[in-house]
Amino acid sequence: MADPNQKGRSDNQKVEQPSRRKFLVQAGYAVGGVIVGGAIGSLIRRPTKKNEAAPGASPSPSGGAAEVKSYNRAPMFFTQEQLNIVSAATERIFPSDDAGPGALALGVPFFIDHQLAGEWGFNSREYMSPPFYSGEKVQGYQGRLKRREMFEIGLRELENYSQTKFKKGFAELAPEQQDEVLKAFESDEVKLTTISASGFFKMLRSSTLEGAYSDPLYGGNADMNGWKMKSYPGNQMSYTDVIDKDFAVIAPSSLQDHLSAH
Amino acid sequence: MAKTLPKTDVVIVGVGWAGGIIASELTKSGLNVVGLERGKERKTEDYFMVHDELRYALRYELMQDLSKDTVTFRSTEKIRALPMRSYGSFLLGEGLGGAGVHWNGQTYRFLPYDFEIRSKTIERYGKGKIPDGMTIQDWGITYDEMEPYYDKFEKLTGISGEPNPLGGKRSAGYPTPPMKKSPALSLFADAASKLKLHPYMMPSANLSEPYTNPDGISRAACQYCAYCERFGCEYGAKADPVVTVLPVALKTGKFEIRTHSHVRRILHKGGKATGVMYTDVTTGEELIQPADIVVVTSYVFNNVKLLLMSGLGKPYDAASGTGVIGRNYAYQVLKGNAAGFFDEKQFNTFAGAGSLGVTLDDYNGDNFDHTDLKFIHGGSISLSQTGMRPIANNPVPAGTATWGAEFKANSVKYANRVLSVGGQGSCMPFRHHFLDLDPTYKDAYGDPLVRLTFDFEEQDRQLALYLSGKCAEIMKEMGASHIDQLKELGPYEITTYQSTHNTGGVVMGATPDTSAVNTYLQMWDAENVFVVGASAFPHNSGYNPTDTVGALAYRASEGILKYRQKGGKLV
Repeated sequence: MADPNQKGRSDNQKVEQPSRRKFLVQAGYAVGGVIVGGAIGSLIRRPTKKNEAAPGASPSPSGGAAEVKSYNRAPMFFTQEQLNIVSAATERIFPSDDAGPGALALGVPFFIDHQLAGEWGFNSREYMSPPFYSGEKVQGYQGRLKRREMFEIGLRELENYSQTKFKKGFAELAPEQQDEVLKAFESDEVKLTTISASGFFKMLRSSTLEGAYSDPLYGGNADMNGWKMKSYPGNQMSYTDVIDKDFAVIAPSSLQDHLSAH
Repeated sequence: MAKTLPKTDVVIVGVGWAGGIIASELTKSGLNVVGLERGKERKTEDYFMVHDELRYALRYELMQDLSKDTVTFRSTEKIRALPMRSYGSFLLGEGLGGAGVHWNGQTYRFLPYDFEIRSKTIERYGKGKIPDGMTIQDWGITYDEMEPYYDKFEKLTGISGEPNPLGGKRSAGYPTPPMKKSPALSLFADAASKLKLHPYMMPSANLSEPYTNPDGISRAACQYCAYCERFGCEYGAKADPVVTVLPVALKTGKFEIRTHSHVRRILHKGGKATGVMYTDVTTGEELIQPADIVVVTSYVFNNVKLLLMSGLGKPYDAASGTGVIGRNYAYQVLKGNAAGFFDEKQFNTFAGAGSLGVTLDDYNGDNFDHTDLKFIHGGSISLSQTGMRPIANNPVPAGTATWGAEFKANSVKYANRVLSVGGQGSCMPFRHHFLDLDPTYKDAYGDPLVRLTFDFEEQDRQLALYLSGKCAEIMKEMGASHIDQLKELGPYEITTYQSTHNTGGVVMGATPDTSAVNTYLQMWDAENVFVVGASAFPHNSGYNPTDTVGALAYRASEGILKYRQKGGKLV
């Protein structure tokens, strides 16, 4: 029975860490003997015994990817009740199946929670100034509510609609019933006064996909399993050797792997 | 009371491609130049952890903060314009290098037809071919006159490519060879050749090999890392003002960059600019930078805004069709495409580069007979492999569920089995499409937002459908199991990303009644003000704009140096 720590290490070993010399030659950094600029040029140090990327080697501040335990599986924003509803809803949008894990196992609910706690939840880089008028569809969102408020209202409305229709909370419904509720929001069959039901559903769907496939640093795509499902290699330094070849699977690598390898 | 700084020879507003090229050319010729950039400093080392789709592509890390400044939009003058509150149709760059940092790098010359579009259309099809309200006009300069400037920009950036069989004449080949051909590209090229079309490798600002340019700047080769558009290039392989022209200007010792400096007014007296007034956005302090020459290179929307707020040039009035500032706005018609789903094959579409592609111009410009068609011009058709990043790309065949078990199974199945052949359609200007100042909404500094009035016309609808049909023909020849293509263009909406190819507003031309600047980008109304960028395009062609922007920046530099010598109107 494989030691779970051992598994991480062997995954890292499968990832071809491009040797620095090979990369420098490929990238043409030694153009006429001059080391060309670029982030890599200024940040690559001579590999020494101490800082050579040895997956699973003795702990260092940035750690080997396999050694770090994640402590972010707790809410920054949602109440327990909200987290339950989001978990149920996102699992219906992106369910576990033969292809691989669904929203729950990938950590999507925590991803969404963490995102709402930050700048995305507060629409901080968007134009949220008045006056507010309802516009044409082509003019985009013209509401005054921030995403975190929209989620609060949307989740409450999901719960209300479930109680009204099925006399049970959303998380307690059978999967087919949950789908019915979600479809009612998607089609605007549910008439809400404060937010657009279909707008909320759209946001739920797109943030589910973000949670499934963003770099695992954000709390989703647990263990890069979203990427593994799609045979997506994550963050790789170079594809120069494979760009003109047929498709082949490359084991995925995360931004944390990138950081700790240099 | 605004503090007045010591005078400089030239002040440049906005340090992106156009501003950067002009700074480099002028300082190399001995002029003292101050570059004022609203955003922050940027350098290649910033992009070490750039392969982060969420942060850069979906949260728009490198783009302008819309809470401070955005545009308002309406489809016609009959309705109230409302703010673009979050990003969609186009992404506004900011910071040193501007959008030149996070572009894809596709670098095309416009066609000879483009520069004389009005004369040549009438010559071939008669005046009646141009519908009522379409305001296409000749640029005042020909392709042959533009050629040396295109050559200069391409040598600056080291464009990797091969000649376009259907393009204008070239005085020299591309400075570096074409990029590597992926299996998808070969499939497209073979299919297009079988159909007797003229495919060629997309001209790329992502270097195919290490390159040293005429200024002595050396850059490394592209690694096909698939994080190009919306991302900075951590290798310096993608041509970027910060890597190419800014170091050259700085090395002369005559270029001073001030970031966090938001120019709000061009100061002028008696038909000549005296300098600019700007705000230090960190402290709020107002400063005046006097200069002999003012160069405005702050992107299409802001170029128009600055001129209107400063009272320079005659504002465009759509009702009477008079005036020029804000006139002839255009965009890009990018929806004519065909997606092919391949049940029997997988492709390495996780890999790619911003300008890795094969393209053809058989349906661009006036390269085909429009006699029986209800539109003019056309678009380039390409298969590009820029890298299908996992959040944004979950294609499923039309009719498939968009969420749930069926969606998941299909999106995973087709993750590496979808190729797209796209038409990049030209966009013609119309009398009722324009830029002006919004009467209601303001930016963080108290100035009005720019108001955009624009919609797709029958010209665009016909063009998009025609191109998507041609795309589907090629996709069929490529052997896709299932093809989805555009059925109907629909209205222009600001919510879905299409391209950041906004053009017009301060157009160039031969005469002052229909243009704001002459063919040296010098304002007719103020001889020491030069306004450079895609704002100068009287229409947009079936290509990305940057090669033409770069060429016009070299042309403007020549004009500024001429003006510095002799003074007066250059045309």
